[in-house]
Amino acid sequence: MKALCWHGKKDIRCDTVPDPSIEDGRDAIVKVTSCAICGSDLHLFDGFMPGMEKGDIMGHEFMGEVVEVGAENKKLKVGDRVVVPFTICCGECDQCRRGNWSVCERSNRNRKLADKLFGHTTAGLFGYTHLTGGYAGGQAEYVRVPYADVAPVKIPDGLTDEQVLFLGDIFPTGWQAAVQCDIQPTDTVAIWGAGPVGQFAIRSAVLLGARQVIAIDRVPERLGMAKAGGAIPIDFEEESVLERLAELTHGKGPEKCIDAVGMESHATRSIDALYDRAKQTVMLETDRPHVLREMIYVCRPAGVLSVPGVYGGLIDKIPFGAFMNKALTMRTGQTHVNRWTDDLLRRIQEGQVDPSFVITHTVGLEQGPDMYRTFRDKQDGCVKVVLKP
Amino acid sequence: MPYSTDKSSHASRSLRKTARALGWFSIGLGLAELLAPRAMARATGLAGRTTLMQAYGLREIATGIGLLASDNPRPWLWARVAGDALDALTLASGAGRSNPLADHVSRSMKIAALVGALDVAAASMPDRRAFPDPEGRFDYSDRVGMAKPAEAMRGAASDFMTPHDMRDPDPLRRPTLH
Repeated sequence: MKALCWHGKKDIRCDTVPDPSIEDGRDAIVKVTSCAICGSDLHLFDGFMPGMEKGDIMGHEFMGEVVEVGAENKKLKVGDRVVVPFTICCGECDQCRRGNWSVCERSNRNRKLADKLFGHTTAGLFGYTHLTGGYAGGQAEYVRVPYADVAPVKIPDGLTDEQVLFLGDIFPTGWQAAVQCDIQPTDTVAIWGAGPVGQFAIRSAVLLGARQVIAIDRVPERLGMAKAGGAIPIDFEEESVLERLAELTHGKGPEKCIDAVGMESHATRSIDALYDRAKQTVMLETDRPHVLREMIYVCRPAGVLSVPGVYGGLIDKIPFGAFMNKALTMRTGQTHVNRWTDDLLRRIQEGQVDPSFVITHTVGLEQGPDMYRTFRDKQDGCVKVVLKP
Repeated sequence: MPYSTDKSSHASRSLRKTARALGWFSIGLGLAELLAPRAMARATGLAGRTTLMQAYGLREIATGIGLLASDNPRPWLWARVAGDALDALTLASGAGRSNPLADHVSRSMKIAALVGALDVAAASMPDRRAFPDPEGRFDYSDRVGMAKPAEAMRGAASDFMTPHDMRDPDPLRRPTLH
């Protein structure tokens, strides 16, 4: 089969690789009909996440048709159309039973490695390093789905791939980012990053009733899309984020702040951004946490910081004094996708939300390597790429 | 109406801001060199070269005024880079072992190298936005993604119940007084 494989930093290729097969009775094999490139795939592409090996198949946003099912799998049958969440969950461990799907205790088959790195393992992920299990990803013609009797979401007839594909990651991720803010009707929610997750966080915050939603980015077309979703745009290359936020909140700061950027923030010309670049270059820091610093600084005391943006390792110069003294709350984590999928699928079916709005590019799998660059460089108006294997 | 930003060929806000900061730095350094040449000459390890120090002070002030006053700061940024090169040559001339203040010279050269790198970075900053769309092809202002315009959808998911582990304590959930 064809698959997009990682061969090193900035080197993704469309290779021919062996087809996957059932390895466990709970598995299923899915023939991928649509998959997408996620912003967090760019961290692998740019070489910021350790634990990739040559030939690893990329991708954790995918959906398709079940073509083979393991003997013990009572949930799926051949022909089912499913969206597969990016987190792999056993459904039986203590964390899964609590609904903390993204920190499943059993699905990471390299959990000893993760235990050493993070103290405790988190869930296995598709196509996202050997630290999270080294599972083959979904930017391929076929995928083996472990524990396929737990997480995959069956899709009813009448919905297109484009409407439901993002139930596997970015829609629930944006939704959880907003839910974690526990939005009240008087709240201002400031969202850093108007990429795909930021776009869904904006719409989620609007649907959940925020009085005012603010989107901070520097790419005009992304800010245009954010405005269409109900956000007030701030272009951080043209305006002072601090001044604009103060102006929009009568000097009090937003009650809720969402970091939809993560480890590769592109703050320009600020002293801390230069500092992060320098430290990252000499490997004294792995991530660039400009957004975290700015959120802590601007957030109204007793406010909430929600962090769906991916961080991988060590960050420096976090103003923890401000964080503590302002009595801020931070909620973070990979998304507990299955907590939200039933509700979000219903909202799609009812027409409340149509996630396809975010798609700007649809191409064949073989064009994937080029699209990684286009997406990474935000060229050609690219916000979200869907690949058709 | 699409979101729009000024994509004119004038210097970007970042470039202007950086130029302004460097302009004030130039003036501050220039005044110190002009008004306290002996102390500055000693601090840089070039004791006795007070006239040269004052001349360099005038140069810094002129560059600083240029940076603050000009609509196009780029030539003045490159002027700073040229001045940095001159500073480096001057410091190198005082770096011999015979100079009892050689350690001051060494420290000054490190600072000059850092300032020089900042000046080159500032002078190389792009004028135009990194995401050009001259034909306006990327107008996503109609991509609402919801059933109705955003204002009509505000609070449409009020049937959603926040899970207990993501709820704030009750005192923090009170409406904000604006």
